[in-house]
Amino acid sequence: MGWTHACALTGRLPWGTGDRMPWTGQAADALRRAFHSDIFFSFRRSPTVVMAAVVSVVYIAASMLAPWVAPHQVFDVKTLNLMDALTPPSWHPDGQITYLLGTDDQGRDVLSTILFGSQISLLVGFASTLLAMVIGVGLGLVSGYVGGRVDAVIMRIADIQLSFPAILIALLIDGLARGVFPRKMHDEMALYVLIFSIALARWVQFARTVRSSTMVEKNKEYIKAARVIGRHPVAIMFQHVLPNVMGPVLVIATISLAVAILIEATLSFLGVGVPATQPSLGTLVRVGQNFLLSGEWWMTIFPGLALIVLILSINLLGDWLRDALNPKLR
Amino acid sequence: MFGPLFYADGPITMIAFVIRRLIQALIVILAVGFISFSMFTYAGDPVSNMVGQDTTIEERKVISEKLGLNDPFYVQYARYLGRVARGEFGTSFRLGVSVLELFKERLPATLELSAIAALFALLCGVPLGVYTGLHREGWISRLVLTLSLVGISLPTFLIGILLIFVFAVNLGMLPAFGRGGVVNLGFWSTGLLTGSGLRSLILPAVTLGMFQMTLILRLVRSEMLEVLRTDYIKFARARGLSNRAVHFRHALKNTLVPVITITGMQIGGIIAFSIITETVFQWPGMGLLFIQAIQFVDIPVMSAYLMLVALFFVVINLIVDLLYYGVDPRLRFDRPVAMGNG
Repeated sequence: MGWTHACALTGRLPWGTGDRMPWTGQAADALRRAFHSDIFFSFRRSPTVVMAAVVSVVYIAASMLAPWVAPHQVFDVKTLNLMDALTPPSWHPDGQITYLLGTDDQGRDVLSTILFGSQISLLVGFASTLLAMVIGVGLGLVSGYVGGRVDAVIMRIADIQLSFPAILIALLIDGLARGVFPRKMHDEMALYVLIFSIALARWVQFARTVRSSTMVEKNKEYIKAARVIGRHPVAIMFQHVLPNVMGPVLVIATISLAVAILIEATLSFLGVGVPATQPSLGTLVRVGQNFLLSGEWWMTIFPGLALIVLILSINLLGDWLRDALNPKLR
Repeated sequence: MFGPLFYADGPITMIAFVIRRLIQALIVILAVGFISFSMFTYAGDPVSNMVGQDTTIEERKVISEKLGLNDPFYVQYARYLGRVARGEFGTSFRLGVSVLELFKERLPATLELSAIAALFALLCGVPLGVYTGLHREGWISRLVLTLSLVGISLPTFLIGILLIFVFAVNLGMLPAFGRGGVVNLGFWSTGLLTGSGLRSLILPAVTLGMFQMTLILRLVRSEMLEVLRTDYIKFARARGLSNRAVHFRHALKNTLVPVITITGMQIGGIIAFSIITETVFQWPGMGLLFIQAIQFVDIPVMSAYLMLVALFFVVINLIVDLLYYGVDPRLRFDRPVAMGNG
């Protein structure tokens, strides 16, 4: 929490640019300054972080471009050949070079299913983080700016929710939605239910951080000035306070992305996430586990490794961002 | 270890604190109860489940009056809470058995797994934490710390699958699923008394306790590093006490307070993650029951599990809060304490 207050006290974002909002300047100017900024310096200095960034970017790009870069169109049934089912990875004596990481029980290329599956994982991860951010930042702003009873109610709910693990909350909301919607709607609703339940399980972190920096920010002169000239409280909250409390939100969003991907994978692994027709990484691990004991380990181990690589590199980026934005650690 | 529960500010604040926490706990239970009640009420029409197709609308009305379905919702809600308090959770849609019976049958498996996992976390986490705290530069410490980083960032289900892959599939040492042989003690079926039961317990318990173990390890280590820098440790050394006495009697003792609280808070986490571990290992416990209930929309089981977990969490949190209250004098005031000490 310390650095939130420190930033708030100096009245600037911890970018090291001296600007209140780096994105308001001329684009080229901002770019030049960003290149010379402390944050970019600390980025270049750490090979681990550069590696994590490269891995994340390549991974995300590869999965987004999966229809073009994947070696096989695994969801086009015409291209599948059941004769190729359960082929081991290519370095195995029985492996084929066209199926680098082997195939599953329906003859689908494992590498391609991983790329397509990552699309779903990333989609759910980004969407739920974004939704959690919108809910959390909104409620945090209102809570911090309005204060009083509203603040007490919102923060009490947040406290109660924080005492349960996020994954349990997401699981319960997901289960509730399944109880409420009729059974035949489950598959088409699954993706939205999943995004919604992960977002509802993760908004608290955003709300608490934004609230604490809003409470510092609202007593500053520029907010008082805005109030004096008669701006509407909603306008003050979103146009004046919001830009100045966004720094820490960025850090939480990065770490939240990894957590959201993890929750999605876990729920899909448990069989209550996305339907099997749209497999995510967690679904692939789940389906593959049925073949683990009969020796076809590649169906579950490779999607699992892909998940680990993705989460680890996003987490490393988040950790670095947190340290780099923390003036105390400089 | 926690000092007296009553401090200078008197028992009044203590009682106020406890009452406030109790009220909060009650609100949570009522809210969760309301959620499970609504699930019960709005998923399907109980009358049409009970009667045939040729029942007239008038007859249906009589039945629904008899069942109390026409009462205002708060009356129905109160009645539902009364039933829950007596342990009447209804009958499982999927299995056709009363939910209470199901829970009685499944609870021992989950409790044994959770207890062994917690034991594993403590018995491995604390010694390793002390060791890595004392030998900061040694290569064993570095190895343990690197491995703990892996343990903390791996998702639970992948830890389980990797363990199955290594120890069950490749080495063939341990069973990959199920609970092995169990001995029935009448009210409790235990796997702790048979060889296959014990062997089946190892992989799930390690999977479940891994996260908590790494957490405790890192916590004990950082607390040890902190404590070893303090003046009273220097003083203990100056008095010429042996290393053993300094490390264990003075240093370790002072690191245990946060460890106990964190462990208490993690018990809830163990229950939550037992759902995942039980699914990986097909362990016949409450978590697996709940996941299957969600998949089959078995509402009585879902809502009963919901109530039970909420109750469990509320009790744990209450105990942890009270422990905190005993441990940390600054918490005894419900006003911002950060002002005084930065």
